[in-house]
Amino acid sequence: MSDNHPETDAYRAARRRETTAVVTVLGRDQKGIIAKTSGILYECGVNILDLNQTILDDVFNMVMLVDVSGADFNAVQERLTQLGDAIGQQIRIQRAAIFDAMHRV
Amino acid sequence: MIDPREVLDTLRMIDLEKLDVRTITMGISLLGCVSDDAERLSRRVYDTVTTRAERLVSVGEEIEREFGVPIVNKRISVTPVALITGALSDPVPVARALDRAAKATGVHFIGGYAALAQKGMTTADRALIESLPEALSETERVCSAVNVASTRAGIDMDAIALCGKAVKDISLRTAAQDGFGCAKLVVFANAVEDNPFMAGAFHGPGEGDWSINVGVSGPGVVKRALENMRGAPCDEVAEQIKRTAFRVTRVGQMVAREAARRLGAPFGIVDLSLAPTPAQGDSVARILEEIGLDVCGGPGSTAALALLNDAVKKGGVMASSHVGGLSGAFIPLSEDIGMIEAAERGALCLEKLEAMTCVCSVGLDMIALPGEVTWQTISAIIADEAAIGVVNNKTTGARLIPVPGKKAGDVVEFGGLFGRAPILPVKEYSAERFMSRGGRIPAPLTGVRN
Repeated sequence: MSDNHPETDAYRAARRRETTAVVTVLGRDQKGIIAKTSGILYECGVNILDLNQTILDDVFNMVMLVDVSGADFNAVQERLTQLGDAIGQQIRIQRAAIFDAMHRV
Repeated sequence: MIDPREVLDTLRMIDLEKLDVRTITMGISLLGCVSDDAERLSRRVYDTVTTRAERLVSVGEEIEREFGVPIVNKRISVTPVALITGALSDPVPVARALDRAAKATGVHFIGGYAALAQKGMTTADRALIESLPEALSETERVCSAVNVASTRAGIDMDAIALCGKAVKDISLRTAAQDGFGCAKLVVFANAVEDNPFMAGAFHGPGEGDWSINVGVSGPGVVKRALENMRGAPCDEVAEQIKRTAFRVTRVGQMVAREAARRLGAPFGIVDLSLAPTPAQGDSVARILEEIGLDVCGGPGSTAALALLNDAVKKGGVMASSHVGGLSGAFIPLSEDIGMIEAAERGALCLEKLEAMTCVCSVGLDMIALPGEVTWQTISAIIADEAAIGVVNNKTTGARLIPVPGKKAGDVVEFGGLFGRAPILPVKEYSAERFMSRGGRIPAPLTGVRN
């Protein structure tokens, strides 16, 4: 669990950077969700910094912290949305600042 | 480190509890547009607004997409128009220019066709108030405000009389839309200069060239947070509201900073408001019912609202570097499904709403009245509301909509964010002799503070 992940300087720095984003995938569990999602991220030049995945009541949910500095945010967002539509999952990418704003003082 | 619970928490607030940023409003000064030539002034107004706000809507949409938080409205407020039309006989061409500028920039409403008349009307103020029926019936997106009272200056009864007449006339001129023109006019006491919310937004004369002000919202989030608190004492309820308001406001602050940065405009304020919409799950009335009322409007409503309003402010203040605008809970009748249902059941009447406005922002908002109500009665209701603001040193406003051809108990449908409104009964006793006096009600002792 990344609950227990040591909050290293590198992580804190990554969070602070405007280039950090959070990818979330929500939907029914099926094969290949992580593979397909991370495949697109790889193709778009997005670096995965942290990943957490759980299955609760057959609902798959995955939260990824990513660095989008080498990528076109809009293009990544568009491709992830298309993938989500294709495999029946809700896939989102949001700049991490919104989560920091809401949960960190 | 990412905490997936926090991430999912945020998504739940956005998806299910309708957390959103209600408005990004760009305030724009028009003082530099002044001219004695109506055409030149109108052109300058149009050019100033369209230049400053050229990217407002696209930047708002960009932030919405990238951060995944809905930004419901992008709007513009401008310098009270009566301040720049002193050398014109008719201010209506400026309203038309503002309407065109709103359409060109893609904003749904532009506020600031306004006059500040709390201590007396200039010729331009009077001309603007008298032009409201024409301006608001012939433009689509222009919103208007008149400040008729302040704690320092007292209550300008002459301005209130003119506003009552204007409301009546706007209602008749927009009879085909059930008097909807009146929804674009707020008559204020202690109006604030940096309010981002329509219809009463204007960019006050004390403001800079331009600024970005943001209004947050989130009644659904507060309601949900209180669902786990049933039976808890009121102090704990207040704490829970503070915690929630803090989070909601942090999102608003982040969006405001981001919008200001991307637009190159100064960040003004965050308005800590709980602004409802007619959608299910986005209601302030439902929060009061969660606190423990059978129906909003029943005994206890004022106390529950006071608790809510105060806790929202306390939670929000810590979350924002500059707090301003109206900042409090809104109780617009037609825009809140809980209020609508309470009024339809007869639980919520005009007098109880008036009492509730003593403890929240803003005032009698989006109240539909029988079409036959006289201008004197409208003015008297405005004066009552102004008195509450003036004596309590707070902002109050009245957005009253007499609906032609309708009587108490009928329902009028405004559509969209404006919702539907049951027509509230108004006591028939006349205030005609009071309203014919005119003059100024002196400022109360609370206004003598130095």
